[in-house]
Amino acid sequence: MIRLVSPARLRELGILGMNRRNISFIGTHNRRKNYRLADNKLATKSAALSRGLPVPKLYGTIESQSQIKSMAAQLADKPSFVIKPAQGSGGKGILVVTGRADGLFVKSSGLVIDEREIQKHTSNILAGLYSLGGRNDSAMVEALIDFDPRLQDYSVEGVPDIRIIVFRGVPVMAMMRCATHASDGKANLHQGAVGVGLDIGTGQSLHAVQYNRIINQHPDSGKGFADLAIPHWHQVLDLAASCASMTGLDYLGADIVLDLQGGPMLLELNARPGLAIQVANQAGLRWRLAAAAEIADRTTDQAEKIQWACEQFTREPAGQLDLVIN
Amino acid sequence: MFSTRVQAILVASMLIGLGLGLTLYKAISLSFPLLPGEYRDVWTLESKINFEPSAKGPVEIELRLPEMLTGWTAADEHFASSGFGFAVIDGPAETMAGAENAEIAESSEQKLTETDRRARWTRQQLERPTTLYYKLQIYRSVEPQPLPAIVPPIVPPPLLEEDQLAAMARLVAKLDSVSSGPESFTGLLIQEINSQSPDQDTLFLLSSYREDSAVVILDVLAYRGISASRVRGIVLEDGRRRQTLSSLIEIHGAESSIVFNPKTAATGLPDNFFVWQRGDSAILNVMGGRNSSLEFALVSNRLPAKTLIGMGQASPEIDFLDFSIYALPVEQQGIFKGLLLIPVAALIVVLMRILVGVRTSGTFMPVLLALAFIQTTLVVGLMIFIALLGIGLWIRSYLSHLNLLLVSRVAAVIIVVILLMAILAVISYKLGLDQALTVTFFPTVIVAWTIERMSILWEEEGGYEVLVQGSGSLIVAVMAYLTMSNAVVAHLTFNFPELMLSLLGVILLLGKYTGFRLSELYRFRDMGRLK
Repeated sequence: MIRLVSPARLRELGILGMNRRNISFIGTHNRRKNYRLADNKLATKSAALSRGLPVPKLYGTIESQSQIKSMAAQLADKPSFVIKPAQGSGGKGILVVTGRADGLFVKSSGLVIDEREIQKHTSNILAGLYSLGGRNDSAMVEALIDFDPRLQDYSVEGVPDIRIIVFRGVPVMAMMRCATHASDGKANLHQGAVGVGLDIGTGQSLHAVQYNRIINQHPDSGKGFADLAIPHWHQVLDLAASCASMTGLDYLGADIVLDLQGGPMLLELNARPGLAIQVANQAGLRWRLAAAAEIADRTTDQAEKIQWACEQFTREPAGQLDLVIN
Repeated sequence: MFSTRVQAILVASMLIGLGLGLTLYKAISLSFPLLPGEYRDVWTLESKINFEPSAKGPVEIELRLPEMLTGWTAADEHFASSGFGFAVIDGPAETMAGAENAEIAESSEQKLTETDRRARWTRQQLERPTTLYYKLQIYRSVEPQPLPAIVPPIVPPPLLEEDQLAAMARLVAKLDSVSSGPESFTGLLIQEINSQSPDQDTLFLLSSYREDSAVVILDVLAYRGISASRVRGIVLEDGRRRQTLSSLIEIHGAESSIVFNPKTAATGLPDNFFVWQRGDSAILNVMGGRNSSLEFALVSNRLPAKTLIGMGQASPEIDFLDFSIYALPVEQQGIFKGLLLIPVAALIVVLMRILVGVRTSGTFMPVLLALAFIQTTLVVGLMIFIALLGIGLWIRSYLSHLNLLLVSRVAAVIIVVILLMAILAVISYKLGLDQALTVTFFPTVIVAWTIERMSILWEEEGGYEVLVQGSGSLIVAVMAYLTMSNAVVAHLTFNFPELMLSLLGVILLLGKYTGFRLSELYRFRDMGRLK
């Protein structure tokens, strides 16, 4: 017998459902004309650069099939790089090359591929295979993140990223997504990546979840999640909150990576962030979103918003927001 | 200014109210029953007369109108004759000099028919090829009945060449020796004519006649002295567009007559055969025209018995209020019959996605699939679709090795799908599985795109996701199919198209539903329990 939870219980927990997310948050708060900045990674990158927000270095873009032939030559001096579609969705079409071996390319999974595979992949990107609505797309080649060694072993075969939901400039909920062997190095929860819920106040781990089950250690490396704390946490929150004013999107998901040299960097934005973050946090979004709306009503200052959020959305949340704010 | 939520609710309730109100009005005031029940199958036969003017000069077209025999009753008839003089004439046909007999019919002297109603279109001059229409609605008012007995006509023996006569004599002698009377003689004759290996004489007769084998049969019967004549009519098949007249052969006894199918020798008048005319005289006479043809478009509806009685007598005001699909030409009626079901299928998709949360490959792909299932029937359709998808995915996996550009790869998959459909059709036809011929109803381009998407899904997310989305699409398609093929649903959508407004309202309301999906009750089942 399939076990279900009652809708009343979900309401009690404040879980946000897909329909409500679409109508009350994305549909109401995100204007369609602002989507472009989130959906197109090149647009995100240039907007971020113009505001001085850190992003992974762009090696180049490929916009036509004719450029594909020469791409290997141009990448000759780059031992590692990432090729991704500018308008990809859900982490689709991202090819990570971590090194070279005998003139061949080593993927993050350890698989070795040749130049032809890389060209084919790029050609597929340009044809719109991985892009929203199958439109023609351009491919971007950027530097591989040299991720902070303090996060070593929390993620296997792929870079861990931090997803933060930002509502009206207030960081609301956060999780770290750790790649596993099962997820093929992708930080995609339904493919088997581990989601680690993070305390907004401290950046420390709350729970780790894989396939909807609580786990205590990484399934591949065995590293325990209990003592995970994200370095530069305040910078991470600040970077995520800055994206709200940058894009004009009131409800967004910011994906941030920690680079050893560059610190927190904005990887991409999502105008329709998923709901799995609630499972990783074992907490519902709805009351936090309501609290965030109140915070945003009281102040427009970004630092203040983050300050409120850190006080509100921490391990021992006050629960009665009104008491704290009044 | 109202919030969008209030607006949506207002508009939706207005639409729902309007739809239901019109439906109730029709049900109560115009006595359209809400449920299919006391229903008659009404066939609408639309006869199309196509012809080209042959020379300058007057044009005259005469169409013999059918008699209502064997239990049929005419509910309504309608002639379209813009620019033509038009009259319906009772009485014997005048012989028209130079008339071209469009249907195969020798002018025979006997008038078998008791009444002789004809429609006549006339025009002084005509430049372009023209089509004239005659629309007739018929239903069975009583159980099928045999053809009424008539005085057996005396058919003169055929005028033939000597060698033909000799062959005919030998054939008759041979059949006589094995038959017991006119009925068995006719049956054996038809079998002989249609047999795979007819004997020398039959073969010679068939080749020397250069005509429909029914003519040979009639001549042999005449030679044998059996009184026989043609019965021409229409085989009623729903949705047929270019049906032509078919012939049966009737042999007359003293009290009754027996009808034979000239191809299968089956006796008796099939229930779905609408007799247009008994006897051999021409049905269509065109004077001053050539290349004429007579074709029929057929559609069957279920109409309430009550409405039928009042048909053709309804007052113009009611006609105006009752914006029914029945006012349209038959071909369009047939199309709308299917079209009006699509909103219901769309509602199913909306319900399954918003309330249940089923993932499908392509939002409205299941609707197209369900439409194909209606043509193929469910089990056959499912098998064909799964076969196409399976083989398609297998071939597509090879194409992905070739490293092609997306557009040419999808084009290649489209061609592969069409090839597969052709192969499937040919093989199944050879195996005698006629049902699989309906494979042509699958939307090729949609199937190709489905294959393409599924194969990318496979590479990207693994076979499990393909299974989830594939079975999700199939489940939604099957549910849409089951709803669309439900008799009550088909009745309501066709007879009460205004219900579409209510459906629209419901869909608008669902578009504002912010509650949980069924799938989320599963997805978040462990929330709050794990700590």
